[in-house]
Amino acid sequence: MTTVTADDARLDNTLEDPRQRAPLVLGDNDFTSVTEKVCGLVERPRPPRAWYIAFAVSVSLTGVMFAMIGYLIFTGVGVWGVNNPVGWGWAIVNFVFWVGIGHAGTLISAILFLFRQKWRTSINRFAEAMTIFAVVCAGVFPGIHVGRVWVAYWMAPYPNQMEMWPNFRSPLLWDVFAVSTYALVSTLFWYMGMIPDLATIRDRARTRVRQVIYGLLALGWRGSNRQWLRYERAYLLLAALATPLVLSVHSVVSFDFAVSQLPGWHTTIFPPYFVAGAIFSGFAMVTTLAVPAREFFGLKEIITPRHLENMAKIILATGSMVGYSYSIEFFIAWYGGNAYEKYAFVSRALGPYAWAYWTMVTCNVLAPQLFWFKRCRTTPWILMAVCILVNIGMWFERFVITVTSLSADFLPSSWGYYSPTFVDVLTFVGSFGLFFTLFLLFVRYVPMVAMAEVKSVMRESTVEAHALGDYWGDMPHPERHRKTPGGEVKP
Amino acid sequence: MTQAASTPGATGEREGRLWGYLVEFEGVPPLLEAAEKVRDAGYRKWDCHTPFPVHGLNDAMGVRPTRLPWLVLGAGITGATVGLAMQYWTNAVDYPFLISGKPLFSLPANIPVSFELTILFSAVTAFLGMLVLNNLPEWYHALFHSPRFRRATADRFYISIEARDPRFDAEATRAFLESLGGSPVEEVKEK
Repeated sequence: MTTVTADDARLDNTLEDPRQRAPLVLGDNDFTSVTEKVCGLVERPRPPRAWYIAFAVSVSLTGVMFAMIGYLIFTGVGVWGVNNPVGWGWAIVNFVFWVGIGHAGTLISAILFLFRQKWRTSINRFAEAMTIFAVVCAGVFPGIHVGRVWVAYWMAPYPNQMEMWPNFRSPLLWDVFAVSTYALVSTLFWYMGMIPDLATIRDRARTRVRQVIYGLLALGWRGSNRQWLRYERAYLLLAALATPLVLSVHSVVSFDFAVSQLPGWHTTIFPPYFVAGAIFSGFAMVTTLAVPAREFFGLKEIITPRHLENMAKIILATGSMVGYSYSIEFFIAWYGGNAYEKYAFVSRALGPYAWAYWTMVTCNVLAPQLFWFKRCRTTPWILMAVCILVNIGMWFERFVITVTSLSADFLPSSWGYYSPTFVDVLTFVGSFGLFFTLFLLFVRYVPMVAMAEVKSVMRESTVEAHALGDYWGDMPHPERHRKTPGGEVKP
Repeated sequence: MTQAASTPGATGEREGRLWGYLVEFEGVPPLLEAAEKVRDAGYRKWDCHTPFPVHGLNDAMGVRPTRLPWLVLGAGITGATVGLAMQYWTNAVDYPFLISGKPLFSLPANIPVSFELTILFSAVTAFLGMLVLNNLPEWYHALFHSPRFRRATADRFYISIEARDPRFDAEATRAFLESLGGSPVEEVKEK
């Protein structure tokens, strides 16, 4: 075992040396070069050709989605595969899938912030963006599956001439409040985090149009310390509020199922199981986006192998939690002694949807086990391949939960097999178009790395005298800022 | 860096009332030392401008904590109250209807919506409160006249002292700032 030197750590920051913290930004970067690299992506006159191709494909798919939604609204829900007994089909599956993906963004931005996991700074901006775009995609599905879309506003508690109010004892209404609060708070958190970086773009803008647009968005931010003080306090408060919020959102989503009486749904494990699954799928999506992003946009020194490795570890941990939940569901189905519950689970694994069930288990439980090996955690293509499998598996998880329980409930005479129609499939595929359209616009017009936050974890951002005993407790670079007795700082 | 090319004297030609002085530092350590000196000199209307929040600077500047958390607490309590009151009044008083034999109002069933409204009110207050206390949006500010100041959001550190500070003296303050070891002092004018 050789000793890890500072030079090794600068090249490969996945090495563990307890005597010093691994650097979070690699290479010879300073504040200037980080600003140049991140702003350069937004400021270049035109993006690479690949961006245009991806954008064209995404916009076309978005068009397909809206065409399908139009067809649905003008024709009726009969164009979907839903029928008795399966009254909840792909729309609810897609909704849970997309909301779950969003959760990793909040986890990275809020929970890791509270835990002082500073490596989050390189990835939190686009993880948060991913959250918002995923919630947008998620919001489409409940919006259209209510049937009469034009009266969807009835879900809001507003005084009306019918003199009726929504039923607040229904989990579906809790969902309305949870998801809309989540969408708004995520957007506030994202925008607030972006204000200092928008000010950077404003100050570097060379054209009048950019100055005006980014100037308006930056709200006149001047980086004043008195502003930073309140800004940081507000950021901490938002993180502390977003943390229970994100846990509540997927818990409430799981109540949609768990509060009903249906075998396979009526279980108390659902809230934690759904939250773990949401974080699992969301981290997989962040990684799926981060690997190509750092490749195409030259951000390998900011989104380092250590970041990828940390995400892989979280995917392994949450994937194992999900696997544990699957087994506990089976155990309780047997141990609970309820014949309907028992049948529902045996039928999941061996019945007509066994193909979906085993796809789910393979993708969610077996695939992430590769991350026990460091080579798999640090090789980008393996990482990305596993993460895509996880995303597929997590979609199937929601499909299995939703459809198997509905298709075979208490009364065998009402059982039936569910198949989607082309409208279901194209709407879902189109929602990826919407997601990627928004994401591509984001990487083109907004700084995709939180520059101010990355700078604050760089070694130049602190000095020994102030860092020691500091709440933030980051160790200064021993070579760069050595304080001489005279108080002079040597470069 | 194009901003670096701008000369410090460029804005000295501007007409108008003196807003204050601006001095630039290259890194965090000199900024912290200079901030302590400005604090000890007794100035009140002054500030540091940094591309990221510099830890230790609040102590070095001697600024007091913000009252934002109290506003957020108040908003959270309001949100919880509004949530419970709304559900009680709408479902148990104004339009009572029995569904699945559930009680018209019971805490377990009414917690999720109350909780979400608590978070909603608090989060919106944290965001808007931060803006209001920081006097944002403030699209015009005298400091934006300084081309040099554009690097405050990128890679340079600044101290500004406003002319309306009671201790401000055009000559003495300039000499004091010159002694801090930053760049030559720049005059910032209104308009």
